[in-house]
Amino acid sequence: MLEGGSADAVRELKFRDPARARAMVDALTRLTVDIGRAPVSVMHVCGSHEQAIAKFGLRAVFPRALNVIMGPGCPVCITDTPEVDEGVVLARQGVHIATYGDMVRVPGTALSLADAQAEGAKIHVIYSAAQAVDLARSIRDDVVFFATGFETTAVATAAIVLNGVPDNFSILSAHKYIPPVMEIVAEMPQTRVEGFLAAGHAATITGWGVFEPFVARHKLPVVVAGFEPLDILAGLVKLLELIRDHTPQVSNMFPRCVTREGNLRAQDQLWKVFRPTGGRWRGIAHVPNGNLRLRDEFAHLDARRRFTIDLTSLWDYAPPLLAQSCICGDIMAGISSPSDCTLFGQECSPEKPVGACMVSSEGACRIWHQYGGHPDLRGVA
Amino acid sequence: MMRRGLVDDRLGLKYGAGGRAMRALVERVCLAGLGDVPVDGIGLAAMDDAAALRVGDRWLVITTDSHVVQPIFFPGGDIGRLAVSGTVNDLAMMGATEPLGLTCAIILEEGFSKADLERVYASIREACREAHAPIVTGDTKVMGRGELDGLVVNTTGVALCDRVVSDAGLHPGDVLIVTGTMGDHGMAIMAARHQLALEGDLRSDVAPINGLVRAALDAGGAGIVAMKDPTRGGLSSALHEMAEKGAVGILIEELAVPVRAATRAAADLLGIDPLVVANEGKAVIGVRPGAANAVLEAIRRHPLGGGAAIVGRCLSEHPGAVILDTGFGRRMLSEPEGELLPRIC
Amino acid sequence: MCLGVPGKVVEINGKSATVDFWGVRRQVWLDVVDEPVAVGDYVLNHVGYAIRRIPDSEIGETLALYEELIKASEQDDLMAADVRAEIAATQEREDA
Repeated sequence: MLEGGSADAVRELKFRDPARARAMVDALTRLTVDIGRAPVSVMHVCGSHEQAIAKFGLRAVFPRALNVIMGPGCPVCITDTPEVDEGVVLARQGVHIATYGDMVRVPGTALSLADAQAEGAKIHVIYSAAQAVDLARSIRDDVVFFATGFETTAVATAAIVLNGVPDNFSILSAHKYIPPVMEIVAEMPQTRVEGFLAAGHAATITGWGVFEPFVARHKLPVVVAGFEPLDILAGLVKLLELIRDHTPQVSNMFPRCVTREGNLRAQDQLWKVFRPTGGRWRGIAHVPNGNLRLRDEFAHLDARRRFTIDLTSLWDYAPPLLAQSCICGDIMAGISSPSDCTLFGQECSPEKPVGACMVSSEGACRIWHQYGGHPDLRGVA
Repeated sequence: MMRRGLVDDRLGLKYGAGGRAMRALVERVCLAGLGDVPVDGIGLAAMDDAAALRVGDRWLVITTDSHVVQPIFFPGGDIGRLAVSGTVNDLAMMGATEPLGLTCAIILEEGFSKADLERVYASIREACREAHAPIVTGDTKVMGRGELDGLVVNTTGVALCDRVVSDAGLHPGDVLIVTGTMGDHGMAIMAARHQLALEGDLRSDVAPINGLVRAALDAGGAGIVAMKDPTRGGLSSALHEMAEKGAVGILIEELAVPVRAATRAAADLLGIDPLVVANEGKAVIGVRPGAANAVLEAIRRHPLGGGAAIVGRCLSEHPGAVILDTGFGRRMLSEPEGELLPRIC
Repeated sequence: MCLGVPGKVVEINGKSATVDFWGVRRQVWLDVVDEPVAVGDYVLNHVGYAIRRIPDSEIGETLALYEELIKASEQDDLMAADVRAEIAATQEREDA
């Protein structure tokens, strides 16, 4: 129910029209029948896509033969424990940490930032990167911006760097870059993924052209989709069409925000400040070029160089050997399910998650743990 | 369906936030520690909004609340109004809509401003007037600077009533009514607390609603089978408790839940679901189907109930679960995880 | 990745703009958006930065795209007639 009823609000609503949504679901059903395999597995690589699918309850209406897998697209969930530990150690040293809300409860080896806060550390939840700079300007103490998120969010971090920051401000970059992990999923030998739904907001920055080499290499279709219910359904319809017709190509179903080149001004700023480097993603081991780190020209703003971050103080706690038994990568690739994991429900639970699939509120393992499987709401009343 | 987690050795903020963690703490530490001493009525173990003790052929309803909100003054109210409303409303949720009196104990941090305290008392007085509930006794303490965050207010309320309504009385087929818009208080607080710099008409709904509940009870009588105020944890927390205690499933039509435009816009911007956000001037009422329309009309006629709506019903399937029909599909409404934080992803 | 929320620009303040999100307003930084932004434009906001100007025409074009998709997918399926009628009815109500 919406108040106001302004023309703008009504217009927004057109991407939430239930009649069109039903038509698209019917189209999905027809397409899965045409394709003739069950399940047809596709993957999205965006936490916000999963949030939107969950929020609108779309899984209860997808045809049974369609398996939409949540890939490694939640930047917070795939932030590995050593990176969280870096933030925790700095916080315990008395540095003010400014970070996005998503990050605060993600556990490191021993503690999350929220736990550190309970011990007295100064953790500031911000909505915008600019607020971290404002904080540094308002106090004398050191402020570290624990910067998480994918390239879309890294753009904001780049903007504040280029705008100039006070001397007591530095950045601990845990930013990630999505295209490399699609490669890893596509290259897994037993992967069942037949196509990808690409994140519309990241593509707003990078452009859809960035997926062309991927499609040429792997012969898998990629559809760029937005986040309203109709956007997601339309994206899936298009993806299934491409799968049915064996036409691997990039298709842009989010033209109101995404172009082939993307936002060149944002890209320019992003790559001026950051460089891609390899790193570990929680549950997915090494992702070449998957991490974004500050370039040498900005070393003076790099918290890793400004401070000595000694992680050994946290090693008294249980070592992360468990991570080696984690099969989140296989779960995300559609090869395994949570119940196949030896850690599921035992060493790995929502209170003490090992892998990304358990960290995310929409992660496959988290949902299985909470509801004893994927709750089937098709038949509800 | 309910899985109570373990309680950490060090108790973080989530334990006060009204969700799963807090209920785990109450069950495993508070109840376990205090023991379940049987009383003639509804006691500690019921974990209801208040206790109800039989006195002759009537019930004495008693509740207590401590209030620690920051900021102390927020759009739409302050800690004083919150303290009175919280306690009056807890009594009302049990069916006790005419409080005999409230206590008011305050603990001040050293250096607290006298002018601010006067402002808080003026607010308490106004809220008491609206609720027809006097403050009859109190207490005052001061703690050292830094030992306490500004001001803590504790209120206890007592009332007599003839019929107690618990939060455990739902049956399959019962209808669920909310008395107005959801999510206003928590979004106003969040916007103020994290300096989110949102301009707009975000304001708390904090108000004593005992008059409104009286009107509903007069119209519905025994047809009203369960009531709860959706405070910390929002409508989601309240429904989960009611579903579990009543051993029913609950199906909510998301598009039927009233939400103010400002609350909706702020929640969208911050990635938060209005259904898990606190309310301080609302109730969710479970009504037998035959009485639902009469109760709804009575609530809507009350000045504080104009936005009331039927939002769902109870099922025999999926006991303990709260299912949301989104208009596009269905999902399980999740329980909130602790303090609400803005998210970027 | 990436809670992007659209809003409408109501005021330009140098490097930032006041954006209306149909209930609340916030300052949004313009450092990153790649086109000049004017009052009345729609922008996509992510963590306080406008990352894209959404051309007005695109909204209509997106709807047309969805219509295309639906029509192409419905061949002589009998059920489609009902749904098409429903969509048409909704369209009529909105346009009225």
